[in-house]
Amino acid sequence: MNEIPLSHILCVSTGLFFIGIYGFLTRRNLITILMSVELILNSVNLNFIAFNKYLYPDKPDGFFFSVFIIAIAAAEAAVAIAIIIHLYRHYRSIDVEDADTMRF
Amino acid sequence: MSQNILFLLLLLPAAGFVVLGLFGKMIPWRISGIFGTLMIAGTFLASCSVAWYYFMVGGKILDAYSSIVPFQFTWLPLTQHLTIHIGFFIDPLSAMMLLVVTSVSLMVHIYSMAYMKGEERYSTFFAFLSLFTFSMLGLVISSNIFQIYIFWELVGVSSFLLIGFYYDRPSAVAAAKKAFVVTRFADLGFLVGILLLSYFSDTLDFQVLISRLTTGGSPYLAHAATAGFLGISALTWGLCLIFIGGAGKSAMFPLHIWLPDAMEGPTPVSALIHAATMVVAGVYLVARLFPVYALSCPAALDVVAYTGAFSALFAAVIACTQTDIKRVLAYSTMSQIGFMMFALGVSGYGGESGLGFTASLFHLFTHAFFKALLFLGAGVVIHAVHSNELSDMGGLRKNLPVTHIAFLLACLAISGIPPFAGFFSKETILMAAFQRNSLVYWVAIITSCLTAFYMFRLYFSIFWNKQHSHVHKSSHGEAPFLMIFSLLILAIGAVAAGWVPFGDFVSSDGMKLDLPVHIDFSILPVGLSIAGILFAMILYKNERELPGKISAGFGKIYQAANRKFYIDEIYQFITKKLIFQFIGRPAAWFDKNIVDGLMNTLATITQVFSFSTSGLQSGKLQPYAGYFLGGVFGLVALTLYIWLR
Repeated sequence: MNEIPLSHILCVSTGLFFIGIYGFLTRRNLITILMSVELILNSVNLNFIAFNKYLYPDKPDGFFFSVFIIAIAAAEAAVAIAIIIHLYRHYRSIDVEDADTMRF
Repeated sequence: MSQNILFLLLLLPAAGFVVLGLFGKMIPWRISGIFGTLMIAGTFLASCSVAWYYFMVGGKILDAYSSIVPFQFTWLPLTQHLTIHIGFFIDPLSAMMLLVVTSVSLMVHIYSMAYMKGEERYSTFFAFLSLFTFSMLGLVISSNIFQIYIFWELVGVSSFLLIGFYYDRPSAVAAAKKAFVVTRFADLGFLVGILLLSYFSDTLDFQVLISRLTTGGSPYLAHAATAGFLGISALTWGLCLIFIGGAGKSAMFPLHIWLPDAMEGPTPVSALIHAATMVVAGVYLVARLFPVYALSCPAALDVVAYTGAFSALFAAVIACTQTDIKRVLAYSTMSQIGFMMFALGVSGYGGESGLGFTASLFHLFTHAFFKALLFLGAGVVIHAVHSNELSDMGGLRKNLPVTHIAFLLACLAISGIPPFAGFFSKETILMAAFQRNSLVYWVAIITSCLTAFYMFRLYFSIFWNKQHSHVHKSSHGEAPFLMIFSLLILAIGAVAAGWVPFGDFVSSDGMKLDLPVHIDFSILPVGLSIAGILFAMILYKNERELPGKISAGFGKIYQAANRKFYIDEIYQFITKKLIFQFIGRPAAWFDKNIVDGLMNTLATITQVFSFSTSGLQSGKLQPYAGYFLGGVFGLVALTLYIWLR
């Protein structure tokens, strides 16, 4: 069976990463920004899995790291959503442009 | 004697200061006065027991009083050789000073309980008095020259606080500042002197320092005597600089200008600090280092002698022309301290030649009593007439009979009339001067005649002369009991202190010294004193026009003496016209334009830069993320560039 080469998977994860970055920088809705962050994290996960699988197939380290990242992403999402709810209560909006009081 | 008594000596007044200073406002004023006085009474008893133990029980070794250091600990080990100790030092000098300080302080406390009645800051006053007593006792029993310096500054501070006690009076504030600045200026000399002496003798402890700098052939002495600056040896420099410190505190010419102004303070303060105790600290200091002065450096001792003699005469002349009762007393104090100084200055070390040393301290001892009495009596008079001016007084002997008698006794004592205290001490001083230095002797004779004249001028102007109508009407009558009580105790001192066989206790080498009394020698000074008294009686007993005529006859000289020989004006000229103009102003310009200018430029640059960049902190999330990303890309690019190069 023809194996998919490593570079293909890296291209996918890079694309995913930059889609996330693009979303983070351009979206105004905080929920969408959060989703972009999840995309970035998942691209990193993909990298871990791919490198582990292709370079050190007999070691499980990369898998464990991706499991950790998934757990941390869940926790981060919980915290971020709590913050967003709080912001909404305060500003009656979840537009990131409105939360700009921490400035000079 | 246990050490505890010595600790008590310092702890009681310190406790008085702390308690009254912190809680004085909360307790009733009467209690705070009684508390402060009880603390000093305890200190007085403690110092009596120390002195008793030292003089009668434990101080004598082989017929000579030697110094003992009952307690000492190392405070700052600076180098292997040079360490700063804190300790107690008991020798005849300090034991005698303990008695003088605590007894006068106790009397002044008792007197102040009545004198300061109704004062708003009554408890503060007692707190300051306790602080002063604490620091003066600490000064007296210091075991090394650095410790003495600490307490020296502390008495300076308490003197400052007490002179400026009536801080709502601008003149009192100015006087307090003047006293502080002038003495502080003199203390600079003291400090440099300490550094010089400790550098050359490698120690700060009195015992070691004296033995190292007096033993002939010791390497320390040889080093100090050969090292020189401007052709004068380092030892002479050190001793003269230390004497400058002493002269500042003891109001010797030309550093005397603060003492007359210090009379702005409450009268009990003048009695305690500016007559009996603090101002003799300079005499004490010279006496403390006396072996070094006398054995190793007679030149420095000559400086002491001539400064003292000149100050004595100078102050006596001014005292004859002043019309403020307290200022006359202030100049008389200066004159008497001059006596003590030149007595030290003409003295030698050991045996009969050490007569001047004993005489000086004897005079210090008797002077404390009669001068404190004079000031406290003046306080009663000022209370009665509400004025310091002699012209507002007169005929008070009927209103204040007890004060009158006490004041008369003190005047007789200071004029050196037998058998009162001043006679014995002054006669001993004159004898010492006669034996060693005839110039100083003649100055002293003239001064003692002037002393009798101006003291009795004061006495007759206050208690005889013409009665003023307003005094008669208000007629306070005699002062409260507590004030009279302390006057009487001090009067006993003024009469009887001269009968103490002082030479048995205090002498330059610790051996017993018989004070000579020669009737034929006493005839001249006593006769001159009586002449001075009679002259004052003719002029001032009844109101006459003669004094005015005489002073007019002296013309310019009288004018100059009345204006204190323009010393204050000279100082004003030097400070305002010369120092401020030619040093102060350029320094201020330099500070304002160069130093501040540099700092201001730096600050302006920083400010402009931060204002221009502050827009970056917009509070918006996505620009931040953009900067972050840009930074990461920049780092990646940099890394790749270095990597691939």
